[in-house]
Amino acid sequence: MSATIAEKIFSQRCGRTVRAGEVVMAPVDAAMIHDITGPLAVRVFGEMGGERVYDPERIIMLFDHQVPADSIPAAENHVFMRQFADEQGIHNYDLLEGVCHQVVMEKGRAAPGEIIVGTDSHTCTYGAAGAFATGIGSTDMGFVLKFGALYFRVPESILVEVDGKFGRRVGAKDLILSLAGDIGADGATYMALEFTGRALHEMNMAGRMTCANMAIEMGAKAGIVRPDAATWEYVTARRDIEPFDLAGDADAGYRERRHYDVTDLAPQVAVPHNVDNVVDVGDVAGTKVDQVFIGSCTNGRYEDLAEAAEVLGTADAFADGVRVIVIPASRTEYLKALRGGLIERFVEAGALVEAPCCGPCMGGAFGLLAPGEVSLSTSNRNFRGRQGSTQALVYLASPATAAASALYGEITDPREV
Amino acid sequence: MRVWKFGDDIDTDAIIPGRFLTIYDPAELAKHAFEGTRDEFAKGAREGDVVVGGTNFGCGSSREHAPLALLGAGIGVVVAKSFARIFYRNAVNTGLLPLVCPEADSIRDGDAVSVDISGGYIEANGKRLAVEPVPGFLKRIVDAGGLVAYAKNLDEVETCSTE
Repeated sequence: MSATIAEKIFSQRCGRTVRAGEVVMAPVDAAMIHDITGPLAVRVFGEMGGERVYDPERIIMLFDHQVPADSIPAAENHVFMRQFADEQGIHNYDLLEGVCHQVVMEKGRAAPGEIIVGTDSHTCTYGAAGAFATGIGSTDMGFVLKFGALYFRVPESILVEVDGKFGRRVGAKDLILSLAGDIGADGATYMALEFTGRALHEMNMAGRMTCANMAIEMGAKAGIVRPDAATWEYVTARRDIEPFDLAGDADAGYRERRHYDVTDLAPQVAVPHNVDNVVDVGDVAGTKVDQVFIGSCTNGRYEDLAEAAEVLGTADAFADGVRVIVIPASRTEYLKALRGGLIERFVEAGALVEAPCCGPCMGGAFGLLAPGEVSLSTSNRNFRGRQGSTQALVYLASPATAAASALYGEITDPREV
Repeated sequence: MRVWKFGDDIDTDAIIPGRFLTIYDPAELAKHAFEGTRDEFAKGAREGDVVVGGTNFGCGSSREHAPLALLGAGIGVVVAKSFARIFYRNAVNTGLLPLVCPEADSIRDGDAVSVDISGGYIEANGKRLAVEPVPGFLKRIVDAGGLVAYAKNLDEVETCSTE
């Protein structure tokens, strides 16, 4: 019987045909917890009578939201989580490796066909590796820590086929912002987005992660890029696994099939205060910015930093009065950028380069905005108050648009730099 | 008991901002609920009040601090035209009852409100509005009083079983 990728993953993991709409107690292949939502999951695990976790090797622990600890309660959370990892024999990446979603991907902890959960809404990022990955709350995670399984309602899928070739300095972030604008903030609620098409398959893994990452911004439960040779090259370089075919069938029961062409796509910007409030960059060009943030699980990889550096070119400095904060998504990406000379360029031009972490994106640690300030950010959310004051304004865009805007101190079309 | 009415796309950053996420106690979280977006809520909410939203209530972060902050403020029921997926499940798991009400738009801020769960309706400002029950397997979690109570007495689960 024909099936979507989501249906195939659940069917394969359950050993029988499972259809969209069915509720199954599915096995969980990997579970990720971090410093913000992890402590509550651990407490709930105890309240549920949990003594030993179901399988310490399937649990991924790390700290990225408040690192190095920015307060005594944050430090206490880290201590609490370290103790739990020690007691349970869980490998803890601690605060050394970087942002959770980047780390899970680059350590090879996600692979095609797996069911993965994380106590973070952007867990859907691992769909770039062909996994069914979804964000859950801490209480559901307590259940997963105890039983290694969770009730899932197998979602219907929307097929998103993207063709064409990106123009100069236009890419994955522009595509996914335009999709958010088109589908809407709740247009894919309870559904999986399944990405395919030439533009997707020509995209590197960094770009695919940007796309899968923002599936949640349309309400989706998962965002899965159909695995291809590039997926398998990435995954097999990181773990011992035999490639297999995983694609949605042509006649599968997709809820909807959407077709896009990126050939004429302009750089996109999400304007305050919703991610689906998306316009062409030209519509907001000239808007003064106080802060530019290049980083996060959405756009903190080497390729993103290289895209920003290419726009920076040989310019001496970013515009006066703009704070530019650059945060590589992981230690590995940081080293790549360092060895590639990118970090030196950013610092020379006047950026603050911070150690890998979520940074201003979670609005709690540092890089917060004062009332009336404007930020242009490569992260994934521009909700009111997301990066500090509820009276601040956050715009979302690509690393290229961020670099162009940092150069001129106002939102700028990167194609005109 | 009154209605606290909100609009569409109320995100979990609005319900509880990121800088309070090292707090886990519902009563402490409640002091910062809607801080910066609707400050009078934390001071004015009383036991039994009902939060009413439009579409996509609870979108954004998976932070369970959001339903906990509402519970800490005395809110036991949230009514909306539609809910974001993770918030809906978190609410059920923590014992906050999310009710879908297609006519939520007609409810006004400050309306006197009562909830009749077994009857399947809420009454706001004297008007009866139908609400959709929590579906299938989630109903068992609601009936148990949340996922902790539901899971406490389970030694194991049957993987791949259907609901």
